[in-house]
Amino acid sequence: MYAWIWRHLPGRWPVRLLLSAVLVCAVVAVLFTMVFPWAEHSLPFLDVTVDQQGVQ
Amino acid sequence: MTGSGRGVVRGLGELLITAGIVLLLFCVYQLVWTNVEADRAQERVGDSIREAWKQPDPGATTGPDGIIRLSRSDFGKGFAFLHVPRLGRKYSVPVVQGVSLPDLTRGVGHYPKTAAPGAVGNFAVAGHRATNGEPFANLDRVKRGDALVVETRDTWFTYVVDRTAIVLPTDVSVIAPVPGKRGVKPTRKLITLTTCDPRWGSTHRLIVYGHLTAEQDTARGRPTVLAKGA
Repeated sequence: MYAWIWRHLPGRWPVRLLLSAVLVCAVVAVLFTMVFPWAEHSLPFLDVTVDQQGVQ
Repeated sequence: MTGSGRGVVRGLGELLITAGIVLLLFCVYQLVWTNVEADRAQERVGDSIREAWKQPDPGATTGPDGIIRLSRSDFGKGFAFLHVPRLGRKYSVPVVQGVSLPDLTRGVGHYPKTAAPGAVGNFAVAGHRATNGEPFANLDRVKRGDALVVETRDTWFTYVVDRTAIVLPTDVSVIAPVPGKRGVKPTRKLITLTTCDPRWGSTHRLIVYGHLTAEQDTARGRPTVLAKGA
């Protein structure tokens, strides 16, 4: 998978390295801003109120 | 092994390593990043409260029953600070209106339709115990006789802890005007704090009950239980 991505990145190796870094940052950003906040709700740490459904 | 077989194994290996890295990143997100974000948000809320207190009081928003009248835009807004000397000399966390998840990342949340600070009835507050700022991480250390101090625009309200309890998440009677007795008319000024128990679970709720023992004008300085602090 990673070898495939590397092969399909354009340019010489320093350019590819830079593009890889950008890709990694983009993936991490999507995880932290969208995926993880969503996944967090399936964990029990956030339930601190009595009767979560009713009182809110 | 044939060439294509090796490719499949390698692909699977990369997938598993990727999954491992993603899970590690999720731990970093939960244990570090949510706290960084919540601390920033709480600082902003704290600043906005102090800023609002410098302006003239917009007028009473508390009804005769001691319950703050809220409009939709009031949720998530800070209106007080909670100080708990047992949790640290400088422990101070903003109290915001509402107990929805976005509200609770901004401080500890005041249950709507429960009494205002210092009013007859039950001032009920919820806070995270793990991740997202975790203001109540160590709430289990709070014991009978400890002070819970609520700072509002013009008054310091000092409550003293009566007892703690562990209840089921469905036990809404803990935030009733008279805890444990729904429908009874309150005569005392009480406080109730709720958070999850065990810390990393949600099977139960840790409850801290207290009653008001003193109030003093903010103009007269900090109450003596906090005087040694910041």
